[in-house]
Parts: sequence; C-alpha cells; structure tokens
Amino acid sequence: MKDPAFLEGYRDAELVKGILKQIHQRVTCHWSLMEICGGQTHAIMQSGLDQLLPDAIELVHGPGCPVCVTALELIDQALWIASQPNVILTSFGDMLRVPGSQGDLFSIRAAGGQVKVVYSPMDAVRIAREKPDQQVVFFAIGFETTAPANAMAVIQAEKLQLSNFSILPANVLVPPAMHAILSSPGNRIQGFLAAGHVCAVMGYWEYPSIAEKYQVPIVVTGFEPLDLLNGILKTVTLLEAGEVRVENAYPRAVTYEGNQAAQDLVKRVFEPVDRNWRGIGTIPKSGYGLQKQYRNFDAGQRFDIKELHTEESKICIAGQILQGRKTPSQCPAFGTQCTPYTPLGAPMVSSEGACAAYYRFRRKH
Amino acid sequence: MQGPVCPVPHHHTDQIVIGHGSGGRMTMDLIQNVFQAQIGNPYLSQGNDAARINLPAQGSQLAVSTDSHVIFPLFYPGGDIGRLAVCGTVNDVAMLGADPAYLTAGFIIEEGFSMDSLQRILQSMADACREAGVQIVAGDTKVVEKGNVDGLFINTSGIGLILPDRKIGGQFAQPGDAVLVSGTLGDHGIAILQARGDLGFESEIISDVAPLNHMLKNLLEQIPDVHVLRDPTRGGLATTLKEIACQSQVSIRLQEAAIPIKRDVMTACEMLGFDPLYLANEGKAIVILPEEKSDKALTILKEHTYGRLAVRIGTVSHENPTEVLLETDFGSTRILDLLSGEMLPRIC
Repeated sequence: MKDPAFLEGYRDAELVKGILKQIHQRVTCHWSLMEICGGQTHAIMQSGLDQLLPDAIELVHGPGCPVCVTALELIDQALWIASQPNVILTSFGDMLRVPGSQGDLFSIRAAGGQVKVVYSPMDAVRIAREKPDQQVVFFAIGFETTAPANAMAVIQAEKLQLSNFSILPANVLVPPAMHAILSSPGNRIQGFLAAGHVCAVMGYWEYPSIAEKYQVPIVVTGFEPLDLLNGILKTVTLLEAGEVRVENAYPRAVTYEGNQAAQDLVKRVFEPVDRNWRGIGTIPKSGYGLQKQYRNFDAGQRFDIKELHTEESKICIAGQILQGRKTPSQCPAFGTQCTPYTPLGAPMVSSEGACAAYYRFRRKH
Repeated sequence: MQGPVCPVPHHHTDQIVIGHGSGGRMTMDLIQNVFQAQIGNPYLSQGNDAARINLPAQGSQLAVSTDSHVIFPLFYPGGDIGRLAVCGTVNDVAMLGADPAYLTAGFIIEEGFSMDSLQRILQSMADACREAGVQIVAGDTKVVEKGNVDGLFINTSGIGLILPDRKIGGQFAQPGDAVLVSGTLGDHGIAILQARGDLGFESEIISDVAPLNHMLKNLLEQIPDVHVLRDPTRGGLATTLKEIACQSQVSIRLQEAAIPIKRDVMTACEMLGFDPLYLANEGKAIVILPEEKSDKALTILKEHTYGRLAVRIGTVSHENPTEVLLETDFGSTRILDLLSGEMLPRIC
C-alpha cells in the first residue's frame, strides 16, 4: 500500500480491485443504494467506480449538494442583496453560477455589484473588519459540515461588535432529508451511504432511529475510492444478510458522538427551522435559522428585501434527480440543452451536482 | 413535495462575465461568435497559439502571436508579470515550431504605480529576454487614472521564423501518436493562489514560468516531424488536449497514473476542490509526435532544465473523435471536457 498518511493510500489500485472482487462475490440480487452526499457522487464519477461495480448495484445520487438544493427564493434574495450599493456579498465559488429567477451572481458582479468568493466564512468577517463602510453579507450555505464555521463567524462578528456583518442563513440538514426521501411514495432506496463529513461533525447518533423506522441499513462512508467501496461492501453485506443497523466505515474521521464542541457552537447560534429545498419542497425542521439572540446578524432582517417574484421554469427534471427518482442521463435535456456552461438546473452547476458529475466524467453518447 | 422544477438557463450573451476570460468553453464561444464573426480570416481561424503567415519571397513562414498579461498579484513565487509577459509570448511563438526572435511590449500603467516595482518588472523582462534570446524591438506606454487598471497590465507580441520542414499545429495530431508532457502540472495555478493568500496554508510550490524555446529547438532539430506543440496555460492540460482533439478530429487517451503532479499541488487541489488537470501552467509543453519517436523525444527533453520531468502520458486514437479520455488506475474511464467557466481569474 502507498503512504497511508496521504490520500494516495486510499486510492491504491490493488486494494480497490480487492474490495471490488468481494463486492462482486457478495451480491446475489439487485440493490439500490443512495449516497447522500454530492461529494461522494463526484468522487464515484471521478474514479469511475460506478463502471466497476456489479450491474445489480444501483447507486442513486442523493440531494447532498448544498448548491443544488438551496431554495430559489434564497438565491433571489442573495442576488437582490448583492445588487445594493455599499454591499459586499461573499459566498463559496460554486454559488456564483447558480441561476436565480433572473441571472446569477456573475451577472450581478458584471453589472457592478460587489461579489467575492471566499473559502471560509471567517474571510467574510475579515473583509467586514477591513471595510467598515461596507455591509458584508455571507451567503451561509452548506449542510451540517459548514454550520460550525458559519456559527463561528457570527460569534466572532459579535465579539468584534461588527455592525456591518451579517449572514443569509441557508444551512440544510441531512437526517430530515433522509426522512423525506424514505417516506415519499415510490421510494426505492434500500440502503444508505451516510455522508462522512457531515457525520464527522454530527456523529451518527441520529441514524439508528431512522434505520429502525424505515428498515434500511445505513453505513457512514468516506470519500476516497477505498472508503466508498468499503461503505458499499458493508451496506451490501448487511442487505444480503437481511440485517438492519448503522455501521461506521469511516472511523478515521467519525465517532458516534461526533464533534461535541462543533455541535455546541451550532446549537448556540442556530435553531432548526422549516426549509424549502430546491426541486424537493419544504421539509420540516430541515434547516438552520439564527437563534433569537443572534438575529441582528440575519441579512434577511437587516435588509429591507422587497417582495421578490421567484419563478422556476419546468424544463428539466432536477427535482426527481435530487430525490433519486431519476438519473441525469434519463433527462432529455442532459448533455444537449443542459451542460455545465448552459446549466438548466442547479445539479449541472455545482461540481458536486449529480448532473455535472455525470457530464464531466461519464457523458452518455 | 412540489414535483420537478428547474430554473431558467442563463447564457450570458448580453454582457461579459469573468468566465469569458477563463480560456475554456466560454472563451471559445466568445471568440467564435463575437470576434471571428467580425474580424475573422483564415489566419485567425487556424486556432493555434500563434498564426502562421506565408512569406512567399523568402519561401518560409512567420509565426505571429500576441498575449495580454493581467496577472494578480504582479509578483509571485517563481516569477512576476514581466517574466510572464516575455515567456508567454515566446512560448506561443515556439509552439508553432518557430524560433522566436523579436517581441513588442505595451504597458498600461495605473497612476500612482511604484517606480521601484516598474524597475523590478523591467529587470525581470530583460532577464527573461536574455534567457530566451529575444529582443523587445518596439514598445508603448500608457498611463491611466487611478482605479482604471489594477497596477499594471502588459501586452506582448512576438514573431519568429518557421523552418520550411516544420508542419506543427493543433490540427496535425494523428491516430497512434504519443502524447508527452514536459513536466509537472498545476504548479503555476497553485503558486498564484498562494501568492494571493487564498490557500490558507503554506506550500513551497513556485510557478513554472519559463521560456521553452531552447528546449523545443533542440527537440525539433533532432525530430523535425513533431505533429503538435502546445503550452497548457489557462484551462490546463485537459482543456488544451480537448482543443487539440477537436482540431485534429481524433481522441486522446491518457493514463491517470502517468500524469505528473507534485504532491503539494495535489494536496492543495484536494483541499480547495480544484482539478489539477485544469490548472494553468506557464512553463510546460505538450508534445504530440509519432509513437516510434517518443522515447528519443523524452531523452532530448530531459536533457533540458525545463524538461527534466518529461513523461509520456497518453496516446492519440481514431475512436470517439474529439473526446479526451482518462484511464484510471482501477480500469475505469472518465471524460475530460473543456473548462466550463471561471476557475481562477487573472492567472496570466
């Protein structure tokens, strides 16, 4: 094995082939597994693992791309805020290309709005310190993974008494989405690869009740080829044995309890709220809003956002793809009208989106 | 659940956005639909790094190229805008198999720009010219009001003679050809990110910016029948190979394990979510030539400082024309396409 201290240790071709062989030997019938996280979808496509698995294993791509599921009304709010004078809107890079009702953040920037890409919300806090005459807004998207850093940015801004910093809270949560998928009519998911990075923060104590209620095995899974195959092998083994439980196939990053300090931070700043998921609809208690004592950092309250007319067109099947009901190549627009440079839907925009991953790594001829 | 819905596409046809300068698909569309439509001619349509102009009286050809440099920051590990402005154009001319000889340089300078910085940049240009063996024979200086450019932009143009036996260009790749690269990929892109303070951690990566004309001259003197030379700048290896695959109507199959990438670059890419195959290089050449010449070519490239880590990374094929396919270590295959929008603006 190559140096396990570096990622190539988890990409070792011989070990990958060894686990693939075990998976092929173990499978006796068709199983539909969902990888929840878009990062996993991307990694599967990048390494072409889906081409190497038995045909009987169907990987269904979940809604775990924060850029894809961020509600249109939130994107329209961000576009509106970014187009105001003396405002700097900060966001992770992928968000700039996601189309709102009219245009995207790139268009706003080209028209003179101040839109900056940051790698951490703390960079947005720094910009707010450096530019006291500008209102700095961070578009706080992401799953539970980004929530602690988003919370920390708010706490820091409070500590520094920054009256020119706010966030547009848009965090979404995995377990409520799993409930929504499993309880939707026509659900065909038989096992889950739980998102390793989300679990690194949150642990996996929330999952046994889901596994029990819906009778699906759930395996916490990482992102490298060996991690992914190990997760798939464990899930298939449980399914073949008819066993329902939660297992951790990513122990080098994940514990049952998760990162307590991070969870405390999140609880201090955020509270669960109902949230609209783009392409899916409103899921109860599936997002983070700011706690009452931090609401003065809510950009939605700081700015007098006028009634925005949001409008989705009904061209593509992003909603069904995000729910795992269809694959990107089943969309008539895929690869023709809809490509990463002319995206019809958010899953084609983000590198973690299922459509972009399909397009980039395995375009259908 | 509200059922399937999806947003309206946004094509950016009404105004220029930053992605139009990415060197990828949007740049290509802009050139074809806007520039070619108005100022197109057979030379511009060649689609290579430099144009090939016939000089009937001399019985030879001239390579002509121009490049504007807007890199931020002006100084970065391994180089600065001055070295880049010389090397970028020298390399573009050299990629047609020409011998770059003369450059012009145009400077657009912001009011208030430090004289000391300007001196340092010119010193660096002089050094790069000496190294490449070229002269700047015409120049222009404009100063604009504060805020109208960011410090300093430099445009350089270059010319060089193409020897009569050279037939090199992106349209000449042939099935069966070997695909070589002269060294590690992505160094320049990561060095620029580091200089901007965007990495958030330390790395020792320095830009690879370098004039490649002497290395390529050596190569072509011994192997004149090279089919394609191209420097994978904006858009990186993947975008450049895709362009070649389209120009030549062939496919290119790469072996992922053979592609040289420094561990620091790979680690930075993993942390920031970049694909090193799409990161810019400023001192690397892609060489496509007949299979039977590839070993000899590698030996020649490796004799030169800038080609020490040259390696074969793939093969040209007639199947699936216009596709670039990457074979993974595991036996799967993935498609590499053009860069589809902005990755890192102002890298060159």
